[in-house]
Amino acid sequence: MNALYENYFRKNLPHIWCSGCGNGIVMSAFARAMEQLGYDKNKTTAVSGIGCSSRITGYLDLNTLHTAHGRALPFATGVKMSEPEMNVFIFMGDGDCAAIGGNHFIHACRRNMDMTAIVINNHIYGMTGGQFSPLTPFGKKATTAPYGSVDPAFDLCELAKGAGANFVARGNVYHAKQLTDLIVAGARHKGFSLIEVMATCPVSYGRHNKMPKPIELMNHIKENTVSLARAAKMTPEELEGKVVNGILHQVDGKEYCQEYQNLLDRIQGGGK
Amino acid sequence: MSKVRLVQGNEACALGAIAAGATFYAGYPITPSTEVAEQIAVLFPKIGGKFIQMEDEIASIGAIIGASAAGHKSFTATSGPGFSLMQELIGYAAITEIPTVVIDVMRPGPSTGLPTLSSQGDIQQARWGTHGDHSIIALSPSSVMEAYYETIQAFNLAEKYRTPVVLLMDEEIGHLKERFEVNDEEKPEIINRKAPEPGKEYIPYENTEDMIPPFAVFGSGYRYHITGLTHGEKGFYSSALPVVDAMIRRLWHKIEDRVDDICRFEQVDTADAEILLIAYGSTARSAEEAAEVLRAEGIKAGVLRPITIWPFHDQYIAEICQGRKAIIVPEMNMGQYVREVQRVVQDVPVHSLTRVDGEMITPTEITAMVKEVL
Ligand SMILES: Cc1ncc(C[n+]2csc(CCOP(=O)(O)OP(=O)(O)O)c2C)c(N)n1
Ligand code: SF4
Repeated sequence: MNALYENYFRKNLPHIWCSGCGNGIVMSAFARAMEQLGYDKNKTTAVSGIGCSSRITGYLDLNTLHTAHGRALPFATGVKMSEPEMNVFIFMGDGDCAAIGGNHFIHACRRNMDMTAIVINNHIYGMTGGQFSPLTPFGKKATTAPYGSVDPAFDLCELAKGAGANFVARGNVYHAKQLTDLIVAGARHKGFSLIEVMATCPVSYGRHNKMPKPIELMNHIKENTVSLARAAKMTPEELEGKVVNGILHQVDGKEYCQEYQNLLDRIQGGGK
Repeated sequence: MSKVRLVQGNEACALGAIAAGATFYAGYPITPSTEVAEQIAVLFPKIGGKFIQMEDEIASIGAIIGASAAGHKSFTATSGPGFSLMQELIGYAAITEIPTVVIDVMRPGPSTGLPTLSSQGDIQQARWGTHGDHSIIALSPSSVMEAYYETIQAFNLAEKYRTPVVLLMDEEIGHLKERFEVNDEEKPEIINRKAPEPGKEYIPYENTEDMIPPFAVFGSGYRYHITGLTHGEKGFYSSALPVVDAMIRRLWHKIEDRVDDICRFEQVDTADAEILLIAYGSTARSAEEAAEVLRAEGIKAGVLRPITIWPFHDQYIAEICQGRKAIIVPEMNMGQYVREVQRVVQDVPVHSLTRVDGEMITPTEITAMVKEVL
């Protein structure tokens, strides 16, 4: 294994993921991002929920907390709030984050605590074998939508922006180099950062949607992704069905732990 | 010595938590527990503690587990509906062995039930509310001073045994105002979780002799994995049969084998008592008064007051009930504790006195029942 990866991965591989799964690409991109960020591993915590993607924490040589389905963000909130010096990353699946964890997600965005959430959106519940999630595109098939989903999907990035996240970006597992850059930029941004990663699940998603081979899903991502710059020049009709990549939103708002620290300083200084 | 003043049970819990060294609170408002959060919101900023109001009770317990993993004594307070929501993550704290304290100020249920009155209806939920086999510790105070001291004990036990601890307090005590006076010279011992031995390889879930592995807090240089999946001693998922078996059994035995250390009882006039009243929480106060009235009438009654509700000390209860004429267990539920007593007491009749309308059981109700069964 490449020395960089060896530094960030535990020695307990092989992992559980199917061949062609996008999760490993995200994990490698994250390791490269860690290298660029130069964070002390002892002062970095990775928190995840439950799902195939959430198993990432088991492989990373950090302080790792593999929590319960949908609940990664509350645990991360406790870690960060109690230890603001800790660098906190959260890994979630699309179901984990947007369905069962949806309420925690919007509130984490609203509080704007300095943490970086990486949501691996493979458009499906991978671990339980292919049921549709709130991010499964309308009409796509799943084991619980055998005739095509009639559920509309969230735009997770818009949701995060609306809820108050200060940094919102979208990347994918095809453009792996860009994904690393997005994670680095998200982590460096002070405040709550979301990086939605369009990912591949050939086994539970591709198979039901005429893309059973990993390469087909990769090509699908490649063909349907447009950069922010290109999207700016496209008409709404041209953008139909396309996924826009890049840093979609970035503002400097009040960061929660800093605000709480200000409150502590004020009260301990005798203020009201 | 602190100034003597009137303090409410809920406030006493907040003060007890601070005395125990708590520095992190996450919660969601719910009657009749809200005053705990309100007190902490006022007091924590003065001492540098962290208070956060979360979006719900699931988030609240998630946050306190996270903060505890990072080394902070952490707690939350709630009532029935919130306690129900917390159950999955109470199980998480149990299987990952992360010290946490949950104060459950009990109100009648199920569901929204009766928010403003009292109950002891969460006794069995505290024991079995989360799925799967595990053990747990639960304490029940009978007075405002005890709410203070038992909150300290709740933290001590959570730290010592690496377990969630539930403080089961009926609304009656939560909202009761009583004389409060803390003698600093008699400050109880404060227990902190055992840290890893420096220089020794750290095995996060090692099956140590005492069955309680040392706890390395996040950030202290030991990078390891915490998971709610069944795991081996190194902390990583395992489905290997002997590994799963050993893990579940250790979670059970580390508490169930320590009842002598964990369980505390108070006895009032039990030595010669023919009638033994077993009561906890506010009901114990009615029982004590009932026993006094009965004694004045020539009936030898006494009270056993369990302060520790869980684990249940089978042997202690069986022995103390031996040779009595009758046992009566009054409680503000349909008989949740009495079934445990009945399970271990064979030769003495055990009677249940129940009340579920939100009001306290009165001494008169107890004396009436004693006369009925005699
Ligand atoms: C409370 C609860 N409900 C349901 C489940 C079952 N479950 C496990 S993973 C999962 C979905 C995983 O999908 P996603 O979050 O998209 O992650 P992926 O596996 O695709 O990476 C579900 C429903 C669970 N573990 N806990
Ligand atoms: S089921 Fe899908 S998401 Fe899960 S490991 Fe396999 S390919 Fe990856």
